[in-house]
Amino acid sequence: MSGFTRYLIQRLLAALLTLVGVATIVFLLLRLLPGDPARIIAGLLATNEEVERIRVQLGLDRPLPVQYVIFMTNLLQGDLGISARTNQPVLTEVMARLPATLKLAIVSTALASIFGITAGVLAATRRYSLFDYVASFGTLIGISMPVYWLGLLLIIVFAVKLRWLPAAGADKPASIVLPSLTLASFSVALIARMTRASMLEVLSQDYIRTARAKGLQERVIVFRHALQNAFIPILTVIGLQFGALLGGAVLTESVFGWPGIGLLLVDSIFARDYPVVQGTVLIFSALFILVNLVVDILYAYIDPRIHYG
Amino acid sequence: MAEATLQGVAQVPLRHESLLALTWRRFRRHRPALLGLFILLSFLVLTLAAPWITPYDPTAQRLTQALIPPSMEHPLGTDHLGRDILARILYGTRYSMIISILAVAIGLVVGVPLGAISGYYGGWVDMVIQRVADTLLSFPSILLALSMVAVLGVGLQNVIISVGVGTIPSFIRLVRGTVLALREETYVEAARCIGVSDWQIIWRHIMRNAMAPVIVQATLSMGTTLLVAAGLGFLGLGVQPPTPEWGTMLGEGRQYIFSAPYMATFPGLAIFLTVLGFNLVGDGLRDALDPRLWQR
Repeated sequence: MSGFTRYLIQRLLAALLTLVGVATIVFLLLRLLPGDPARIIAGLLATNEEVERIRVQLGLDRPLPVQYVIFMTNLLQGDLGISARTNQPVLTEVMARLPATLKLAIVSTALASIFGITAGVLAATRRYSLFDYVASFGTLIGISMPVYWLGLLLIIVFAVKLRWLPAAGADKPASIVLPSLTLASFSVALIARMTRASMLEVLSQDYIRTARAKGLQERVIVFRHALQNAFIPILTVIGLQFGALLGGAVLTESVFGWPGIGLLLVDSIFARDYPVVQGTVLIFSALFILVNLVVDILYAYIDPRIHYG
Repeated sequence: MAEATLQGVAQVPLRHESLLALTWRRFRRHRPALLGLFILLSFLVLTLAAPWITPYDPTAQRLTQALIPPSMEHPLGTDHLGRDILARILYGTRYSMIISILAVAIGLVVGVPLGAISGYYGGWVDMVIQRVADTLLSFPSILLALSMVAVLGVGLQNVIISVGVGTIPSFIRLVRGTVLALREETYVEAARCIGVSDWQIIWRHIMRNAMAPVIVQATLSMGTTLLVAAGLGFLGLGVQPPTPEWGTMLGEGRQYIFSAPYMATFPGLAIFLTVLGFNLVGDGLRDALDPRLWQR
């Protein structure tokens, strides 16, 4: 077995183990925290009979280990339970909303990458210039900005005052502009910061000096020689940010009424639809783990300096 | 001979500077960090002096005074229930600060010992703790907080717990890494040889030297916990009205975004500035506490 294959298997097993851990936490949350889960699900106004009925229906009257085995077995078969609101299978509900969230996350990642890498490269090649300082301060602002506030500000400016873009929903093609800009803001900052640091490191290498000494154009040096080599840590940050974006999507979708799984999660919490809450949290975390796994594997695959075995 | 050497040593002007003084001296040179400290102290002073700054009660409703735009009488305007927004923001600082401090305290109290044990003992204890940390880290922070609030219910105490749990794994990771590096040091080996107990080695010898990165992480975590807690408030799943928590105010302001945009603007600005303050101070502390940069 080659070193890379072994690494691949190790990494897959670790991801699987984490996924089991996440499922266990989701299972335990409802059952171990204070309060009677059947009562929580039935709602405060339910009669004792209704609470008992739900307890039996969801198997909450059985011993905890038995409940756990049933929960995990169902999960393996793709059975996440039935929504309390719509009586639809949770998986169907979540899958119907997933494309909207993925679309938003992908567009935001693309925007963040374009702006972040450009700003980072410019800041690194003009080190200690005014642009560098402005960009550094800009990244700090991006990191400190609450996405939900930025979203509201964009709505106030572009939807309320200027009336250029729709304030909410997903029915027009232009609807994605404000949510994706909002969601991208945090990642832009981190990608710019990483690009700058990574470019500065590469630009101080001997082979860059050699390239300069050969009389190559600065543009060729920056893009062909430096950026290509600086790309691996940047790619990692972009990948990790895609995961973090999923978290930010919960808030952003809520601000703009974007019909993804984030909005579904928040609505389900208000409706006390616990099977859907559990399902969305599981799918969100599974996506997060999957993205990190892919980034790790790509990293190992791309970087020729990493050898396994 | 020995005497001569001693004399030679004595002639070197020795500056005894405590770590605190040294840190402050370096921190002071970091201008953005001073700006951050200034922002945080301003909020602290303003919230303590709130009763003298504004005559209004942050929760008193005066429906005849509802939705007044910023004016001399109400510098930041009034909300949908006629409450003065400036008063609510000034008093609200207390809630945001308390949530951040206590949530990070949960992360410190649980995460630091677990990380120390994990790094010092290794073996299966380490493996179990690391798997738990991995699992907690695979929830985006707002998601973990949301799932916990969904079960625990809303309110100040539950928000603190829900947000605090999310900070635990990063402290576990950080302290474990530092302890792993320090436990091989000669002075730890020496302590072990003279029969110092594990507990004392960890707390007296290792942790004392591992505190710098923990302090930096704690400061930066204050910013992120504030963002997550206010996010819960914004969704209506955090501290409940009429408490003047910034995120909750922002959530209320969102309903009036067309008629009274200032209602959402100012609480958000307060969140942003405070988080910026924590991030600036955190970055400054990182530079000030990093011994590799002390030579400069």
